[in-house]
Amino acid sequence: MSFEDGGFTRLRIASRSRRRLLALLGGLLATPHVHGQTNRRAAPGTPYAQVLPGTPLRFPRDEGSHPDFRTEWWYATGWLESARGPLGFQITFFRTRPELKLDNPSAFAPRQILIGHAALSDPAQRMLQHDQRVAREGFSLAGASPDRLEVWVDDWSLKQEGGVLRARIPARDFQFDLTLAATQSPMLQGDKGVSRKGPQPASASHYYSLPHLRTQGTLTRAGRTEILSGTAWLDHEWSSSYLDKDAAGWDWIGINLEDGGALMAFQMRTPQGGKFWAGGAHRAANGEQRVFEPGEVDFTPLRSWRSPRTGTEYPVAWRIRAAGLTIEVTPLMDDQENDTRASTGAIYWEGAVRALRDGAPIGRGYLELTGYWRRLRL
Amino acid sequence: MLAWLGATIQAVSAGALRDNPGRSALALLGVVLGVALGVAVHLVNASALNEFTLAVHSLSGESDLTIRGPRAGFDESAYPSVARLAQVHSASPAVESDAQLAGRRESIRIIGLDPFRAAQVQPRMFAAMENTVTGLFDPDAVLLSPSAAEWLGLNPGDTLRITVGTATVALKIAGLLPPGAYRQRIAVMDIAAAQWRLQRLGRINRIDLRLRPGTDVENFRRTLLPLLPAGTEAVTPDADIERSAELSRSYRLNLDMLALVALFTGAFLVFSTQVLSILRRRTQLALLRVLGLTRPALTGMLVAEGALLGMLGSTLGVVLGCALAAWVLKHFGGDLGAGYFRSVSADLQIAPAALAAYWLFGTAFAIVGAAVPAIEAGRRAPALALRAGDEEEGLNRLHTTWAGAGLIAAGLLLTLAPALNGLPVFGYAAIALILLGALLLMPRLTTLSLRRVPAWRFPPAMLAVAQLQATPRQVAISIGAIVTSFSLMVAMLIMVGSFRQSLDEWLTGMLPADIYLRAARGTDAGFLTPEQQENIAATPGVVRARFMRSRNILLAPERPPVTLLARPVDTTSGNLPLVSAPFTLPANAPPAVWISEATADLHGLHVGDELRLPIGAHPTMFTVAGIWRDYVRQTGSIVIDRESYIRMTGDRLANEAALWLAAGNTFAELEQALHLRLGAAAGIEISTSRQVRIESLALFDRTFAVTYALEIVAVLIGLFGVSVSFSAQALARRREFGVLRHIGMTRREIGMMLGCEGALVAALGVGFGLALGCLVSLILVQVINRQSFHWSIDLHVPWLALAALASVLVVAAIGTATWSGRRVMTGDAVRAVREDW
Repeated sequence: MSFEDGGFTRLRIASRSRRRLLALLGGLLATPHVHGQTNRRAAPGTPYAQVLPGTPLRFPRDEGSHPDFRTEWWYATGWLESARGPLGFQITFFRTRPELKLDNPSAFAPRQILIGHAALSDPAQRMLQHDQRVAREGFSLAGASPDRLEVWVDDWSLKQEGGVLRARIPARDFQFDLTLAATQSPMLQGDKGVSRKGPQPASASHYYSLPHLRTQGTLTRAGRTEILSGTAWLDHEWSSSYLDKDAAGWDWIGINLEDGGALMAFQMRTPQGGKFWAGGAHRAANGEQRVFEPGEVDFTPLRSWRSPRTGTEYPVAWRIRAAGLTIEVTPLMDDQENDTRASTGAIYWEGAVRALRDGAPIGRGYLELTGYWRRLRL
Repeated sequence: MLAWLGATIQAVSAGALRDNPGRSALALLGVVLGVALGVAVHLVNASALNEFTLAVHSLSGESDLTIRGPRAGFDESAYPSVARLAQVHSASPAVESDAQLAGRRESIRIIGLDPFRAAQVQPRMFAAMENTVTGLFDPDAVLLSPSAAEWLGLNPGDTLRITVGTATVALKIAGLLPPGAYRQRIAVMDIAAAQWRLQRLGRINRIDLRLRPGTDVENFRRTLLPLLPAGTEAVTPDADIERSAELSRSYRLNLDMLALVALFTGAFLVFSTQVLSILRRRTQLALLRVLGLTRPALTGMLVAEGALLGMLGSTLGVVLGCALAAWVLKHFGGDLGAGYFRSVSADLQIAPAALAAYWLFGTAFAIVGAAVPAIEAGRRAPALALRAGDEEEGLNRLHTTWAGAGLIAAGLLLTLAPALNGLPVFGYAAIALILLGALLLMPRLTTLSLRRVPAWRFPPAMLAVAQLQATPRQVAISIGAIVTSFSLMVAMLIMVGSFRQSLDEWLTGMLPADIYLRAARGTDAGFLTPEQQENIAATPGVVRARFMRSRNILLAPERPPVTLLARPVDTTSGNLPLVSAPFTLPANAPPAVWISEATADLHGLHVGDELRLPIGAHPTMFTVAGIWRDYVRQTGSIVIDRESYIRMTGDRLANEAALWLAAGNTFAELEQALHLRLGAAAGIEISTSRQVRIESLALFDRTFAVTYALEIVAVLIGLFGVSVSFSAQALARRREFGVLRHIGMTRREIGMMLGCEGALVAALGVGFGLALGCLVSLILVQVINRQSFHWSIDLHVPWLALAALASVLVVAAIGTATWSGRRVMTGDAVRAVREDW
């Protein structure tokens, strides 16, 4: 069964949406998609590991880094309750292994590049706040442990500490210090954690999610510290192979359902705006998991918001049908637009959303919308 | 009545201009050239400096502090320890190297950066570089600045070949840096690629730091210093700019001063033009007084004439200067010969304040030049001035012997003053005072020397002497013009000649071997490995080989680095040109080093002092065993015996080799043998000591090319002055020539008389100029040179060149005098005589 998940889609989205930092990588994450289809560029100096179906995931070892694969990310999104209402947050660490032709003995050799990105959605603010860090591995200033979850770029870190995840993100406009505690077993995406990403069987990744992470900690803004708690979702995915490149943009959701269930769905759009591919999965509170076929997922826009800054129109509210489940998503706030034109020319929408069924709230999660300002090109 | 007087004044003033358009034009040209040169030199230097400042800023970006080590770099382990400090927001490490271009003499600066780190310090630049930076992960990839690409004639996709050690490294040009980010000629690589390809593994040259908001930079700097490896420093970008600007400041000031000299001679030209023009119009001016023009009004009118000349000349000069500067920058870059800004391609930076200053200088000099005779003219009683033969009396007030002597004495005293802020300000002031004093002494000196001229039998000569003796003050002005320009010319000639001769002798002493071999000339990426050294020494035809290692070290954080030269030292054979008295190292004193004069001056060191050098694993104490003369390294150098150096550091690399040729072997044979033995060692440059000498002297001449150019202009202005005064006198003496014709002298004889006068005036001017020039040259050599560049020069007077110049000047004076007389005598002798009555 061809099974599509959103992971690599999200990487591709991420690689666009985070162009400001990835600009420096000049498509480190993106170029493989172009060349990977035909394997034109063999990399004698960099033999990437391949995803093999049937490889079981073992924890906690697989929570750590897989440096032989080309790309990997730990992607945490969630909702926090503050005294003045709910906030959305997103904390991501990427690891990517550049294609190096030769083995440079320098300690500075860019064997692995690590990227941290964090964003805060606060309805009290006019718009999204975000910041990022990029560094090459080395000198203990940036790295990712292969044995356990520990990834850091300078003073930004996400690591396993005493059975919980600890995220310390001293960003420019806000500082997070959060613990994320698992309440459920890992949700293995695809076929026991090996997920297909396109019509070609070779395109695959290792992918699991940790939904319903109980989140607690502090957020410091302008010298004022708040104690917060909420629920988050972590995706961890690694791969060396690629997605089809014929899409113009993507829509993706990951929802922690109030009944303890978890829902992930995405669609890739054609340049004309139609559905190019789709996928996802639903896991009920009892652990029963239903994986969606591409034909089982439909995204229908309900309401659009036009950015006053860029004039871009985003469908910020949706009706999503996934197999037998139909939900509506509405944003925590309309303006969760990332404008990085000044540095890279990319504009996208990424933010916290509520999930409703028949008008009643059934969950909270994150929505990503890309390719609305301009067609994304890899 | 008033209107009529106004018209008369206008007629008198304008008439003077109309009668002698050539003379006024010459005076104008003097001011124009003086101002133009000053403006051009200043603008070129300011533009280069500005460009340099921009370069430092674009390199350091928004960094608050830069940690920098010697050329050889420092251990990279300093980077993580500094980056982890709580006060550090971001730290961007870099490798810097001046790599020689394969097959070319020039080198290019290669900067190895971690783009992710650099982006935190230089966000603006990296925003524009997004598409090119990943290409840099290829260890052979390099980005060129647009100016480097243009200079090298290379495009993206082409190959840049550089010399590292003795091998050629081919780098692929992956792209160009965004225009405007780096304007100087540089290449950028990834830091890992740079470490590997430039053989700098484990070492970096600088770390740019951005501190967290609220960090006190100075406090942090102090806490940082003890954590840094030996030989590194932490400086703010501003201090960096300041220090680099300081390096070239003396040279820039010297050029500014030379330009001012040209301006000064221009002002003197205005003075002599005005004096003579007022003399010529004395009857008209007296008439104006008689007609009711008040004394101040007359003075004002004459000063206004000078002011008009000055303003017109200054305006034209500023325009010409800007054009000249733009032309120089376009065709020769921002470097005025001394190599301080060699890789800087600068755009013209018009500095309105500087332009205004030069305009004011030019105008003020012209006004002063005109004011002296104008005040005098205003004081004359009209009745006296209306009489014939009053010219000489008009100059009585210009009698200023005591003031002149006082100025000279003050000037001589000033030569004892030390440099001000590293600049020989008082030395220049001394020269100005002495020049001015000498000019004021001229009337007295002229009178005294003319009295001693013997009477000749030959009538034209007899008449000439009598004429000069009767008008010593007018003669003094002509002589003054010659003295001003000739003395400066003499001074510069002696200074440059002495310097060149000293350099020549120094080179002879420093280059005792037959052949010199260098790895990647003038850069720090080139060196000879110990194996290569053995190979070179074992080459047939080499009887003896001596190797030298040079590297930069930091003695004091606020001073530029000094060059450490590790080489065999034999103080008895003179292979080190010591200027200090012999010194025996006391028992159990630290090992000996020999410091250059610049090191001694800049770091306040004396023979016998102990100093700590950051070489080896720990800073080590040394004793200063002598001071030697080094004309190459202006920021100072320290010589250490190579054996001791290797013992202390384990560094067996060498940058240069001196080879002695076995009898019967030719240079060409050995050169070929060496190239064969060293294989593909493209970076090795082999030359005979003769070639090195010729090259060094050529470099010297290039450095002084601008100096020569400025000097020539000053001389030209001086010659204008001579011709102006002769032609003025000839015109004024039209009646006299008429009378002489009436009593039977032929035109030819009158011409000869004028020639004799010219010769005598020129001879006196040249004589006084020579004496004054020698004095000024002493100040240039002993005070200004020493304070500016910190090296001593032996005085060598280029007599032959001086004699030739003196002859040219005398011949030119004779020619000018005869020619102006001939022009005047074309008219009817009878009419000329009648003019007086």
